[in-house]
Amino acid sequence: MLSRIAESLYWIGRYVERAEDTARILDVHLHQMLADPWVAEDAACRALLSVMGTPSDDVTPLSAARVVTLLGLDIANPSSVVGALAAARENARGARETVSSEMWECLNATWLGLPDAQARVEQQGVHAFFGWVRERCAVLAGLADATMSRDEGWHFLVLGRSVERVDMSARLLSTHARAGGSIPSWLTLLRSCGAWETFLRTYRGSLDDRHAAEFLLLDRLFPRSVFAALSIAESCLSELAPGPGRAGVATDAQRILGRSRTNLEFRGADELLDDLAGVLDGLERTCSQVNEAVSRRYFRQTSAVTWVSEAVA
Amino acid sequence: MADLFEDYRLGPGWDEMFAAAGMPRETYETLHATLQPLSSADLGVRADVLARAFLDQGITFALKGIERPFPLDIVPRIIAAGEWAVVEAGVAQRIRALEAFLADVYGAGEVLAAGVVPRSVVVTSAHFHREAAGIVPHNGVRVHVAGVDLVRDEAGTFRVLEDNVRVPSGVSYVMENRRAMSHVLPEVFASTRIRPVESYPSQLLRALRAAAPGGATGEPTVVVLTPGVHNSAYFEHALLAREMGVELVEGRDLICAGNRVAMRTTAGEQRVDVIYRRIDDEFLDPVQFRTDSILGVAGLLNAARAGQVTIANAVGNGVADDKLLYTYVPDLIRFYLGEDPVLPNVETYRLADRDVLAHVLDRLDTLVVKPVDGSGGAGIVIGSQATDAELAEVRARLTRDPRGWIAQREVKLSMVPTLIGNRLRPRHVDLRPFAVNDGTQISVLPGGLTRVALPEGALVVNSSQGGGSKDTWVLAAPLGPAEPVPVRRPAPQADPAPRPDPGPGVTSAQEQQQQQQGGASC
Repeated sequence: MLSRIAESLYWIGRYVERAEDTARILDVHLHQMLADPWVAEDAACRALLSVMGTPSDDVTPLSAARVVTLLGLDIANPSSVVGALAAARENARGARETVSSEMWECLNATWLGLPDAQARVEQQGVHAFFGWVRERCAVLAGLADATMSRDEGWHFLVLGRSVERVDMSARLLSTHARAGGSIPSWLTLLRSCGAWETFLRTYRGSLDDRHAAEFLLLDRLFPRSVFAALSIAESCLSELAPGPGRAGVATDAQRILGRSRTNLEFRGADELLDDLAGVLDGLERTCSQVNEAVSRRYFRQTSAVTWVSEAVA
Repeated sequence: MADLFEDYRLGPGWDEMFAAAGMPRETYETLHATLQPLSSADLGVRADVLARAFLDQGITFALKGIERPFPLDIVPRIIAAGEWAVVEAGVAQRIRALEAFLADVYGAGEVLAAGVVPRSVVVTSAHFHREAAGIVPHNGVRVHVAGVDLVRDEAGTFRVLEDNVRVPSGVSYVMENRRAMSHVLPEVFASTRIRPVESYPSQLLRALRAAAPGGATGEPTVVVLTPGVHNSAYFEHALLAREMGVELVEGRDLICAGNRVAMRTTAGEQRVDVIYRRIDDEFLDPVQFRTDSILGVAGLLNAARAGQVTIANAVGNGVADDKLLYTYVPDLIRFYLGEDPVLPNVETYRLADRDVLAHVLDRLDTLVVKPVDGSGGAGIVIGSQATDAELAEVRARLTRDPRGWIAQREVKLSMVPTLIGNRLRPRHVDLRPFAVNDGTQISVLPGGLTRVALPEGALVVNSSQGGGSKDTWVLAAPLGPAEPVPVRRPAPQADPAPRPDPGPGVTSAQEQQQQQQGGASC
């Protein structure tokens, strides 16, 4: 498979996951901001923006509407919902002969629907818009699952999705850690991940911090837990890497991911909770290191050739 | 009821549907009978469905950097089997002659020695590349894909307007138009026997494989080379690569070292044998052509010369579709093939001769003037529709550079009913059939791209000038006695398959639960 195409697939995975997770996080946080009369809107908005890596230097107090504009609708920012979807589509456009035509059509139709996003937010409210985004992302994931062979391309797509999921989950948990553990509540976090019902069933309704953190960080069965996402990314990498030699693993990315996974796996929930901020920082660092290592190993050979005319003898 | 054909007036060109007002030709009878009872609202809804499908699938071309859907008109254009036979023979004959000509000018140059074509015409062509001299293709093919632009004149005769043997585009729309039309007009498809077009990618792949260099072992690796997503025909490049099941590469994906070309993959470098390039000569190889090109691959041409890789279409083909050379093609057909041309040219003036130039300058307002190396309808001036200022400018240019221009009689292109607003109106069309040469046979795709000029009276049909397209149906010949109906084996008698497994029974539980609820509410 061409390196350029592999990179595109990896980034389609990342961008689509980013759009979905950002939509989920915004949806629940904004809802909570509106529902809770004591929340300091400005401070909450600033915290959310900084955790999502889009700090704002506005001097005027921030409002929920401004956050929606910055993180939801800014098409120039590939970290916003709309921007990520546009970037995913742009990547798919460059890989059209590889991406199945059903996936392409789904991404393209989504992209064509983006100009209406603003209107949708105004007419039907943010909840309807975020619902639409989640639905489109789910359709895409479903089509990928149903139409792609489990070859290299698939592994790159899933790798991208999983890495992004770890990153976004870490950011989501940071919103909790940074706000001193009170706001937003674990309930909000679980809702953001769509994990609320399954959490209740797993722990029979007991909602305490320890269980919630354990569930979001360590659950082996819930696909959006950090541990599950790390494991999936790891298995993709081992499919992509040459067969295992006698000692250790073959690539840097595997090493980084594996270290990060064991670091979670073999520490108890209490220990993790005590040092939550440190753990989360470590996870975010892991994501950017893995990204770097994967690019170097599989994509980087493809840099635009610059032809220097002086060199012609 | 509003009639779609209300106020339909026959235009100045040959009307392909109507022989006389209200009297459809035999070829179009079925289509006319289907369209006649439809209200304009019905057809409008279908046209919207068609447009939406194109947009969602991203079947677009980029005009000045903006992606737009290529407008597809809902009324197809139909060509009878007999008419098509002439087109097919004529196109194939032209390609054979042009192949012979290219082999000759980049080789022995007999045609120049014989004086059939003046040497000055060849060497002054902007697309005659000395760099290509001496590159001998393995199976003798330089024109792997060709698109010959045809028009029907006032009497309905097909004439050649120009040849495209560099990188003709548009074949993807032929395939996609057919796919979309069969969804929105299924009733006409059912009652008409239309020759299919979907075999094009496999035909092309076969021709490209056949062109692989002799040394290649095993299955030759074919790639499609695109300038990138911002190219106006990117959609087509992706479609062809996808349907052929080959890689779509950009220049930066390829490397050329030691006269071998390879692509960079996640598993290292992989050898490439045939490059179906959709990049112009000038951008192909910075060593030989434009040194600032970042689209191409340095060293590609030398690799081709060394016989390590095949470039399709070959470099330097542009000399054969130069519009001044076009005027010599009938002579080339006689010279190389010893045949008479099947398809006539449009009457054309060569302006190098002073008397001809003077004659043309006198009557510019009745002629069409074209630059010899233009494509996409750029630079064409239609005398009868031009302002005085434009004519004055053209006059000056012609006087300054007679080699750069040709003048042609203004042909009133044939017309086909086209949905404009909510009525059908006659609009001018042309036809670009596509031919693939695999070295043993030239196959012409039954159909081709019909482009339609949407503004009333407009004669320039290019998509870059706001034209649309039509699905082009070539009817299958009625089966003669020599050609028996293909025998289909009757399906073997078999017991019907078992029903799908049912889920656990729900009825009894449902009834009980409902009863329970009913009891509670009393």
